Amino acid sequence: MSTSTPSKIAGAGTGTPIIKIRDFDFAYGDSQALFNINMDINQKEVTAFIGPSGCGKSTFLRCFNRMNDLIEIARIKSGKIKISDVNIYDKDVDVIELRKHVGMVFQKSNPFPKSIYDNIAYGLRIQGVKKKSELDQVVERCLRSAALWDEVKDRLSESALGMSGGQQQRLCIARALAVRPKILLMDEPCSALDPIATAKVEELIHELKKDYTIVIVTHSMQQAARVSDRTAFFYLGKLIEYGQTDQIFMNPRDPQTEAYISGRFG
Amino acid sequence: MKRFYQHELEDLRTKLILIGEKANEAARIAVDGFLENDLGKIDQALALDDAIDALEVEIDQASVRYITLRSPVSSDVRFILVAIKASHDLERAGDEAHSIALRAKEILTSDGRSGNTVSIEQMSLLGCSMMTDAISALVEEDVELAKAVILRDKEVNRLHHQNFKTLTIGISDDGTETQTRFQKVFISKSIERIADHAKNLAEEVIYLLEGAK
Repeated sequence: MSTSTPSKIAGAGTGTPIIKIRDFDFAYGDSQALFNINMDINQKEVTAFIGPSGCGKSTFLRCFNRMNDLIEIARIKSGKIKISDVNIYDKDVDVIELRKHVGMVFQKSNPFPKSIYDNIAYGLRIQGVKKKSELDQVVERCLRSAALWDEVKDRLSESALGMSGGQQQRLCIARALAVRPKILLMDEPCSALDPIATAKVEELIHELKKDYTIVIVTHSMQQAARVSDRTAFFYLGKLIEYGQTDQIFMNPRDPQTEAYISGRFG
Repeated sequence: MKRFYQHELEDLRTKLILIGEKANEAARIAVDGFLENDLGKIDQALALDDAIDALEVEIDQASVRYITLRSPVSSDVRFILVAIKASHDLERAGDEAHSIALRAKEILTSDGRSGNTVSIEQMSLLGCSMMTDAISALVEEDVELAKAVILRDKEVNRLHHQNFKTLTIGISDDGTETQTRFQKVFISKSIERIADHAKNLAEEVIYLLEGAK
């Protein structure tokens, strides 16, 4: 599928869609940032958004957990985003609850200035979980899921700020996992990391897709090619092409996609 | 650190070994069928060609996919290049085996027996052992074994020239006999080409392991 026209829904293929986007228009004030996006995102797959700076990929990602609500001039002009068949922009949707189901990892790791343990336990404590044994269990589960347990199990009470950049980013992923989200949004999660730390996060993404749906924005086309099952190419706020990552990188159908991934523009 | 897509290179290596074994098997069975006047073996050799062709396509596709999606460097990128070139050599060796089988079938069908087989058996043993060793050199990453394969190519060439002389001396235009002699020259030439492909594979293994030709 290589279109964003309303009559065609771009590419979930044979998978099971968990996010459905229909006729979605988004603007910052008078400036339209996304134009008539239609696509399905499959559960337990990694979907990568690629495109040049300013193409709208991060804006679009941030629509999935309504992070754009925090920007005063941001507004949805039309369309819907449904997650598990619920329109997340319905008036009765609890945004806090939504963000528990749709976790987010940012470009720059942002651990709380607390211990490694407390970073993971934070979300659960807010939810009212106080039992130490339960918290211990979740902290270990999340650190193991984030491939961090062996590295930090003997220093859980130390400050998270003393960890390396790559460890901090994996800690943020572990923290997002603590509240058992269905979906993880990642906005350039490796852009501040060295190649080894990047490889570890990519390994982690590959492991996590067994249990989670992951949507990742990346400037690195090599990273999109390595980690994702499907790739969506955005340009000037439009979804230009969306399909299986193999097809997008080996045989793109749209000349603009071909030009971008070949480095001829962007 | 082993990357999560590392198994794709292992799969590619397995396919490369498989195509090599099939090409070698096709050549061996085709020549055996000829020497033993066994049309059943020749048909078995002919039947292997489609599988060899299909494997070459699979190796090409997997290689292009790996280059596109995995951004290989260093020994990984050399391995991919070797896979593409070696699969082409092995597919061509399979084609030569197919050609041997077709010519052998024609001889056995028209003459009923293979007759004077000059040094085709010796050449075949040598050529197939070169191929076996070239594949082993790839599997075991053995540079010395690969170098030894290259040295044996000259002997196969010598045997082919000898066969050529023997078979073309005294050729006259007396029909079947002449045609059979030419078929045997072509069989000899095909074995010589199989040995060339084994030599190419050995050179590719050296490039893979040493990073230089």
